[in-house]
Amino acid sequence: MTEAPVRSILVGLGSCGLAAGGQAVYDRCRGLLGAQPNGTVLKPTGCIGLCYREVLVEVRDGAGRRTLYGEVTPERAERIIAEHVRQGRVVTEWVVDPEEAFTKQQRIVLRNCGVIDPTRLEEYQARDGYRALEQALTAMTPAQVIAVIADSGLRGRGGAGFPTGTKWRLAQAAKDAVKYIICNGDEGDPGAFMDRSVLEGDPHSVLEGMAIAAYAIGASAGYLYVRAEYPEAVRRLRQAIGQAERHGLLGANILGRGFDFRVALKEGAGAFVCGEETALIASIEGKRGMPRVRPPFPVEAGLWGHPTSINNVETFANVPWIILHGAEAFRAYGTAGSKGTKVFALAGKVRRGGLVEVPMGITIREVITEIGGGTPSGRPFKAVQMGGPSGGCLPAALAETPIDYEQLAATGAIMGSGGMVVMDDSTCMVDVARFFLSFTQNESCGKCTFCRVGTKRMLEILERICAGQGREEDTTLLAELGEQIKVSSLCGLGQTAPNPVLTTLRYFQDEYRAHILDRRCPAKVCLPLVQFWIEAERCNGCGLCVAVCAAGAIHGERKQPHRIDPEACVKCARCLAECRQGAIEKR
Amino acid sequence: MAHPRPDIGAPAVHAFGRMLWRHRGEPGMLIPLLQAAQDTYGYIPPPAVEQIAQVTGIPASEVYGVITFYKQFRLKPVGRHLIRLCKGTACHVQGAEMLVQAVGDELKVGPDETTEDGVFTFTIVACLGCCSLAPVLMVDDRTYGKLTTQKVRRLLRQYRQRAAAPASPAAVAAGEP
Repeated sequence: MTEAPVRSILVGLGSCGLAAGGQAVYDRCRGLLGAQPNGTVLKPTGCIGLCYREVLVEVRDGAGRRTLYGEVTPERAERIIAEHVRQGRVVTEWVVDPEEAFTKQQRIVLRNCGVIDPTRLEEYQARDGYRALEQALTAMTPAQVIAVIADSGLRGRGGAGFPTGTKWRLAQAAKDAVKYIICNGDEGDPGAFMDRSVLEGDPHSVLEGMAIAAYAIGASAGYLYVRAEYPEAVRRLRQAIGQAERHGLLGANILGRGFDFRVALKEGAGAFVCGEETALIASIEGKRGMPRVRPPFPVEAGLWGHPTSINNVETFANVPWIILHGAEAFRAYGTAGSKGTKVFALAGKVRRGGLVEVPMGITIREVITEIGGGTPSGRPFKAVQMGGPSGGCLPAALAETPIDYEQLAATGAIMGSGGMVVMDDSTCMVDVARFFLSFTQNESCGKCTFCRVGTKRMLEILERICAGQGREEDTTLLAELGEQIKVSSLCGLGQTAPNPVLTTLRYFQDEYRAHILDRRCPAKVCLPLVQFWIEAERCNGCGLCVAVCAAGAIHGERKQPHRIDPEACVKCARCLAECRQGAIEKR
Repeated sequence: MAHPRPDIGAPAVHAFGRMLWRHRGEPGMLIPLLQAAQDTYGYIPPPAVEQIAQVTGIPASEVYGVITFYKQFRLKPVGRHLIRLCKGTACHVQGAEMLVQAVGDELKVGPDETTEDGVFTFTIVACLGCCSLAPVLMVDDRTYGKLTTQKVRRLLRQYRQRAAAPASPAAVAAGEP
């Protein structure tokens, strides 16, 4: 055995890391270290949030120094191991400055993501894991647990923002020997992936939160409902549940305190509406996931007719932290009505996309420009879409709006689950509205007529506007239909489906007018309203565009500038995607 | 049109049968059973529906009702490789539509169709949750990000070549495309 300082190497193997080629980096490291083991431990870790720099590799030396490398490839990993691990020389050019992205962040939910090896219970325990459960079981009554959560001001992180303490209190008050806890991990909003990251990167924090909730309301069984599209999360959760059961942290007689709580994992089968709590319950019961009328609310009559508290993944991940640090510490962050932090999935036209956790009350601008680094083009952002298909598009003019449930709702958007998709002048807001409507229309379960038929009619109108066949009365019609769908739908899906349309109508009326009155798409996204042409100076006559043209509309001699016959062009944009000279333009 | 998968052996079918009986009478097992059927066969064949209906006592009509409600379930067999192209918000904003066209051009199939040689089934999904790497697609369990139409074509050609040639053991072990 050599006396080399204990070093560990962590490779980010969340879904983002894997998609960026993390497994190959991990395997290369293992291969290299395997040849000359010198006490260096190689471990996988979850998503640290800097998705734009994946694959991320962290090297920790004996003195506790941590060096984070970004955009690591197997080749780069070789050099990192040869120089940093073997000779103690940091490869400075690939080091990520954590300041660049972590400023203004406050990590409660993501406290362990990208820090621990999620496949090892000991690492979670080494960071105070399951201590909150122990404290709750040994030193607190259920009522005291609920009081702390209520006092902290924690509200549901799945979108609606219902106070968690109130929900638990109602579930606890319900008279029934059988009660259930459900963790809603059916993260269906396109553009949101924070729940997946928590489930993959810190599965035990969610299990601990569920166990504390179960103790508080008096439940002895729980279900963790995870989206079918998250195979990695499912694998890690299965493993985590097994570990917790073996260590007496889940199952019968937890920590010897006579409290029983079993968790079963349920894989969703692909239906957006199952994010709605009554639909989710129907799905766990093995039925079609259709929502039902409330009341009775699930806290009175939920799964199999028994009182059920359903909370979101992020909500549960907050719970152990609050129990350990106290309501006061949590309340120190935030605004009058919104306490703590919120995790956002920052994506779209933003330089530093990924997961960010910020204290409530920070402004949208701070998140996009200071944490996200603004747009890649450097041009100002035009809009930000918040809350996915249930949310809305806010213009840059409202960028000073603070992250707060009520203030966001006042703009027409919602906090939602935390998707934040940044858009610049190359994004067409009418097209975005059409995109979301096509999603909700497709996902409507069909129970309520207004949602089923109304969204379809709205989509048809948006499609004709994008195709250059909009009519003057269309915007009024959209607004009218939207309001009716909102008030005539049973569940959150229908009640919020018109939001992307209504907010774009409110803030980007000029873009609708350009499409309808001038037959023009200002962002040049709606292809029927765009003309394609070849910039002769940049065209080298390679002929790639001729080969892909769907209509045989491109002509020219080899090695001579080509041209597009506008009469024959069907505007499929294949030439644009194909051209390597950037010679094809839209106008 | 059916592409019998050579890897479905009798043990897998028997395992599914055993699971059916083991969970007999357990409430809420319909969806896990359908998932198991799909894992076994690659899709849910009508005989499996009959079997589930018989053992659980849930009418076949109701079983079909559940199958058709959820996007995950398929009533048609799939090709050797399943392509899931993401059309979430971030991917849409980053030009996923061009990738749909590129996959269609390359494979000569539309969404929810299987290529004639049975190598690929092409599907479009709402969001794979890798928004920072948009636009993305998955082939089986592997995710590919920051794609362009050229990259997509190259990727599909690699898969096709490997499907045509007998796979080298090294490539299989590494999970290489």
